[in-house]
Amino acid sequence: MKRLLQVAGMILLCFGLSLTTKVSAEENITVMTHDSFNVSKDVIAAFEQQNGVKVRFLKSGDAGAALVQAILSKNNPLADVFFGVDNSFLSRALEAGIFRSYESPLLAKIPQNLKLDATNRLLPVDYGDVCLNYDKAWFSAKNMAPPTSISDLIKPEYKGLTVVENPATSSPGMAFLLATIGKFGEDKYLEFWKALRANDVFIAGGWEDAYFGHFTAASKGDRPIVVSYASSPPAAVYYSETPLTEAPTAAVVTDESAFRQIEFVGILEGTKKPALAEKFVDFMLSRPLQEDIPLQMFVFPSNSEAKLPEIFVKHAVVADKPAEVSPQKIESMRDTWIEAWTTTVLR
Amino acid sequence: MRLKKQHISWLLFSLPLVFLLVFYCYPLVKIILFSFSPGGADGLNRLSKLFSTPTYLHILWFTVWQAALSTIITLLLALPGAYVFAKFRFFGKDFLQALMTVPFVLPTVVTAAAFRALLGSNGLVNSWLMTSFDLSRPPIDIEQTVVFFLIAHVFYNYTMVLRIVASFWASLDPGLVTAARMLGASPWTAFRKITLPLLLPALGSAALLVFIFCFTSFGVVLILGGPGYATIEVEIYRQAVQLFNLPMAAALSLIQIGFNFILMWLHARLSQKSKVSFFSDAPATTIKPVKNWAEKLVLAGNIVFMLTLLILPLAALLISSVTGEHGFTLSYYKALLSGESSSLFYVEPIVSVKNSIGFALTAMVLALILGLSAATFLASEDKKRTNLWDAIIMLPLATSAVTLGFGYIITLNAPPLNLRDTLAIVPIAHTLVAFPFVVRCVLPGLRQIPAHLREAASLLGASPYRVWRLITFPLIKKAILVAAIFAFSISMGEFGASAFLTRPHTPTMPVAIFRFLNQPGDMNFGQAMAMSCILMLVTCSSFWIIGRFSYPPTNPKPATGPDEQ
Repeated sequence: MKRLLQVAGMILLCFGLSLTTKVSAEENITVMTHDSFNVSKDVIAAFEQQNGVKVRFLKSGDAGAALVQAILSKNNPLADVFFGVDNSFLSRALEAGIFRSYESPLLAKIPQNLKLDATNRLLPVDYGDVCLNYDKAWFSAKNMAPPTSISDLIKPEYKGLTVVENPATSSPGMAFLLATIGKFGEDKYLEFWKALRANDVFIAGGWEDAYFGHFTAASKGDRPIVVSYASSPPAAVYYSETPLTEAPTAAVVTDESAFRQIEFVGILEGTKKPALAEKFVDFMLSRPLQEDIPLQMFVFPSNSEAKLPEIFVKHAVVADKPAEVSPQKIESMRDTWIEAWTTTVLR
Repeated sequence: MRLKKQHISWLLFSLPLVFLLVFYCYPLVKIILFSFSPGGADGLNRLSKLFSTPTYLHILWFTVWQAALSTIITLLLALPGAYVFAKFRFFGKDFLQALMTVPFVLPTVVTAAAFRALLGSNGLVNSWLMTSFDLSRPPIDIEQTVVFFLIAHVFYNYTMVLRIVASFWASLDPGLVTAARMLGASPWTAFRKITLPLLLPALGSAALLVFIFCFTSFGVVLILGGPGYATIEVEIYRQAVQLFNLPMAAALSLIQIGFNFILMWLHARLSQKSKVSFFSDAPATTIKPVKNWAEKLVLAGNIVFMLTLLILPLAALLISSVTGEHGFTLSYYKALLSGESSSLFYVEPIVSVKNSIGFALTAMVLALILGLSAATFLASEDKKRTNLWDAIIMLPLATSAVTLGFGYIITLNAPPLNLRDTLAIVPIAHTLVAFPFVVRCVLPGLRQIPAHLREAASLLGASPYRVWRLITFPLIKKAILVAAIFAFSISMGEFGASAFLTRPHTPTMPVAIFRFLNQPGDMNFGQAMAMSCILMLVTCSSFWIIGRFSYPPTNPKPATGPDEQ
């Protein structure tokens, strides 16, 4: 009994200490981001050394949850910089008025089509095309032609081969829904989904479940076509258990079969360190970090001067003409579209 | 004398009360007010769908019936197991007990992977059936059906029911049943007329917990049930995060809280009424080795069931962590332990193990202190007044994690409570979920203790602390152990709120597992499975140590019952 109380006391003491040991003496900058954010140690270390600061990252759930938390803490921000607003949430972020404008000199190096915010409150950092991935070995073993466009999925020979994510709970799922809206138009996309449902499409809750749970190339699943990223094939090579010369999967990015997700960074209104925050944003758009992005997050850098790693040059593809839906439209219609989709596909 | 006793129990109760006020009521009330406030009319407009469409009624109905069904099935299956654990001593009991608590800490994605490896269309069972019966299609197809997540709910909650009921059952006086049998009652009649009524308080507690857990089920329904099913909790997340419709999310949270509150209040009333104060003064005597063949059969049947339900999926997980493209491989474990990653967020497994254990121990101690104080108050106070308090204490369990997480963002933001991005917020959030749990585990046992025992000790001059230490504590020690173990695992498994909390870079084991599952590639999947196995191992050994610590083998008194002589 006595020993128990002693141990309990010790643990409480440690807990008490953890309440107080928050502030470090060094100057620091805080970056709020989503759980999927990733970066190399030495890249951040270089920035810290150049500026004599410490960079602190706060991870706050998925992209949607992180943004809501940033908006809720508007009056007393948790961070100086926020990374990870994508184009489907862009409108919401700008309307909330939580970001301040910053015209970074590096914007000159970023292609015009990635810059969706004319006021430069949100600056593009990376992009990735959400599209179909298929299992190469599966199709060659069956002597079947793999799909070349979204429209192929409703053909009878592709019955029961596809797994997609629920747009109501998954961001690639939402992006794929947007691709179909961009491709077929607002009046026709539901027809496509009706046909896809009749063709026995499988709806998974999230990307992890779709890819690792049902995709034949990644697990003991039974679906050789999955909605993922155009940069998933290089990741499959990079993280392969045995060295590969060829990617086991391929991405379908032909005309309007992909939706481009662009991720943005912004300086939070109310930061007490605007100069430092600007420096960090510049750093995020500069080559060292931009060239680190592909192998850490498996998306493409926005800076056109950034060199791609060999594995990307070899195995990754980019959509020439992704399906387009404007951020304003997405924010105002999201509810309606998801509801219509749910009624058509699930009920 | 009477006044003094009451003061003490209120003083005890003030601890959990203050904790609840600061870390539950304040953030919750503020986020709900905030959600309804901006734009007044607009806020109400966004709510119109709540009443104009049948969608939400369907969601509520689905949430209720799946929770009720899960609870009933779990209770029916776990009751025989509880009997076996309460009555018999057998080889490997401690180990089985520790292993059985593992499901509680597994992230849903990992559980889903384990069940798929076992029952999926290309899983072990189907492959075996297909080859041995020469079938062309997999015979078992439970993917995205109600059956799949019901099995998962049983998988998660079976152990909880078993342990709460078994610890209570073991303390019942076996003399009553023996007497009834001697008077000619059949075993079934004796069980129905004597044992079952006596077990009601523990059964009620366990059922309530299972019901609330299944009611607020998020990941299990989302992943295993598929997108055709949504609980209120899933809908709250969708409304708040995806659609940014805070008024709707707040309204749904209130419905969820209200519904469960009524339920918890009813439970509190019923458990007061059904209270039967029989109690055994020599609990250890009831545990015995298996003797005749009938008992052997019961024991074997239950163990086979436990192995099938709990151990097979875990074994499937273990197998997938060592299976690569070309059969057996240790490369996932090697990669996990090599530390060769350039990522800033890479964390050595050993560090995440340390973080997890640190958080879990803190949450456990806090939850035990708060839970025991609250339970002592509830057991000693005037019956009628405690019903309400009893229900209020349970509220954190029934509250949407998203809503509360967002509440923290807008409230805990100024000194002295500037905790939003400190480490302390993690164990606090875990404690909030774990301490009502402790109350439910301990309260049934506490209420069984006849008041005259403690009063006699007080009359003889013992201080309240001495009474507690010498009389109360030994009698509810088993229940406290169960409470401690589950408080620990709630934190280890990052149950609930923590997933939505903004936190600095202190990855725990579940966080590390999710990090791997974020990107394609078999090394990622393999390392996630390997990390899950490490989580299993750490959990299992922690329980074993907690168990040892509570019953030190060096101390011969509690470990060996008098029947061994």
